[in-house]
Amino acid sequence: MNAPAKIQETKAEQSLNAQFDEVFAQTTQEYANQRKQAWDAFKAKGIPHRRVEEWHYTDLRTKMNDAFALASTTAPKADALKGAGDMKTCRIAIVNGRYAPELSSDQDVAGLSVAQTSGFLSAQASADDAMAHLNQALVQGGISIKIAEGAKIELPIEIVRYTDGSEVSSYAGTCVEIGAGAKALIIESFEGEADAAYQSNALTEVKVGDRADVHWLKLQVESTKALHIETLSIDLGAETNFRHFIYNEGASLSRTQLFLEFKGEGTHAGLRGMSLLKDSQHADITLFVKHAVPGCESREYYRSVVDDKARAVFQGKIIVEQAAQKTDGQMMIKTLLLSDAAEINAKPELEIFADDVLCAHGSTTGDIDEDLLFYLMARGIPEAQARKILVLAFLSEAIEEFKEEQCVELLETMIRSWLHADDMVNE
Amino acid sequence: MLEIKNLHAEVDGNEILRGIDLTVRPGEVHAIMGPNGSGKSTLSYVLAGKEEYEVTEGSVFYNGVDWAELGAHERAAAGMFLAFQYPIEIPGVATMTFLKTALNAQRKARGEDEISTPDFMKLVREKSRELKVTPDMLKRPLNVGFSGGEKKRAEILQMSLLEPTLCVLDETDSGLDIDALRVVSDGVNQLRSPERSMIVITHYQRLLDHIIPDVVHVLSKGKIVKTGGKELALDLEKNGYADYVDEEAA
Repeated sequence: MNAPAKIQETKAEQSLNAQFDEVFAQTTQEYANQRKQAWDAFKAKGIPHRRVEEWHYTDLRTKMNDAFALASTTAPKADALKGAGDMKTCRIAIVNGRYAPELSSDQDVAGLSVAQTSGFLSAQASADDAMAHLNQALVQGGISIKIAEGAKIELPIEIVRYTDGSEVSSYAGTCVEIGAGAKALIIESFEGEADAAYQSNALTEVKVGDRADVHWLKLQVESTKALHIETLSIDLGAETNFRHFIYNEGASLSRTQLFLEFKGEGTHAGLRGMSLLKDSQHADITLFVKHAVPGCESREYYRSVVDDKARAVFQGKIIVEQAAQKTDGQMMIKTLLLSDAAEINAKPELEIFADDVLCAHGSTTGDIDEDLLFYLMARGIPEAQARKILVLAFLSEAIEEFKEEQCVELLETMIRSWLHADDMVNE
Repeated sequence: MLEIKNLHAEVDGNEILRGIDLTVRPGEVHAIMGPNGSGKSTLSYVLAGKEEYEVTEGSVFYNGVDWAELGAHERAAAGMFLAFQYPIEIPGVATMTFLKTALNAQRKARGEDEISTPDFMKLVREKSRELKVTPDMLKRPLNVGFSGGEKKRAEILQMSLLEPTLCVLDETDSGLDIDALRVVSDGVNQLRSPERSMIVITHYQRLLDHIIPDVVHVLSKGKIVKTGGKELALDLEKNGYADYVDEEAA
């Protein structure tokens, strides 16, 4: 190699070298350039480690022992896919990075078109992040989802991303374009076989047109042995209302990195989510929110409940460019640590170059409030149940924002199941 | 019957209760009055079983059961109810869910069946009307956004739903205007019965115009320094606590 001298390659990097060679040899002329450029960009950086500022708290180089072989095309049984449960939706299934029409029900929905693609996205989508570049270097396929201008999609659009198999890796490139004035609820799940160790690296490019109204719920319920990385690159037009919510429960290590840019004025972006972590799980949510135009509003509200030796990482950077006057940006991180060994690294950052803005950030971390616990126990509620009630209450506050009753119900069911409190109902 | 003998308790290593003897029989209402810092609230927390309050000496028995053996939730199921001086706001917990969970937890602990939802709704409707707790309050998260008076009314509503046999009211009059005081007192008086014991903790005599006690105790520096009838409260109102505080200091 002609690359400048650098730290020795890890086993994972060596595996990736071999995988790239194989994939590249099979790549058609049309995409060879794009693949090679992405690979070179990845190689220049290598697997991110703690000396890379954006990855400081998630030392992937240390944690990623190997890079599993690329998953082949398989067809899991339809009932293996969980998605949004019993909810009536139009389903788009993606298995091992490839569109699976036989498991989907996205046809004949007015205003919605879904097509299989090569998985290659615009160069900008990679946001110059090593793992996003790696996605494009090894991408196995993908889909394009288009919602027509002015379309009001009644049913929730359910995107189920399923990794089939153990010790495999999948790389998907997805492009979602939402036309001007369109309205949609998207529920996207990342999942795989229970207890299977696999690696899923997704790159998702989202373009939202003017005056669109989009609510996007991401359910990260990968196998608890999985590695999950998603890079989202989101551009918002003018006067849109875009909301994104992450429910983070699965994977031994996960990172959702979200690069969002306001491209039109008068737009609201609400970024919210929750991480429910136990054992030695590690979950990272990293945001880069760029206010490039005036008069936009962003909200970043995330809550975590961390038990055992698990670790939550939150990094949120809001950049307000000089032109982005009248920006309103509020970021709040709240964490409940349920054990002495549980950990949160919260790093909110504001970079403000405009002088007429309203920006704030805050972060609170604590364990369960003993006074609240005593109040419940003094009314006859046993301690274990009282603790669950308080965790549920902490998380419930975060989902009050949902106007869609079906999403509230879905999330509450998932939270209760995580808490082993299926019998508890908040009426 | 509640029997407290030579009760000593401390919090963070500071001794607050220094030898309390008190017996409350079924049907009796005892008032405990005393200056700030005399240990009134500590006594209520010790009886309810708050963890950081450590009993270092003496004993509490209720109906023959050693209170030291029971955690806070077990004491509640055994009939104890503490009306908090500052009822706690718990965002994210619906009031109705909380009430039903508490009631069913106690019934379960006593080996009784859970209450059905229709029966529960009916019960809450009846009791809340008497205490002027509005349906809107019941829809809110527990105590969240309640005024001082609403919080105290909600406490008494809980008391009336849970039907305890040993009620400890910790400064239930604080923060109440005269109308709210009357509503709360009426609620408490309706719960007076030959089977139920009550301890009413208060700094001021005015609550005792509405809830007439059988016995009045004066607590000072962690000890009961005087016991008398309801007229003792009137004395205190006139002369203040100075006599008792000085007596202790001497």
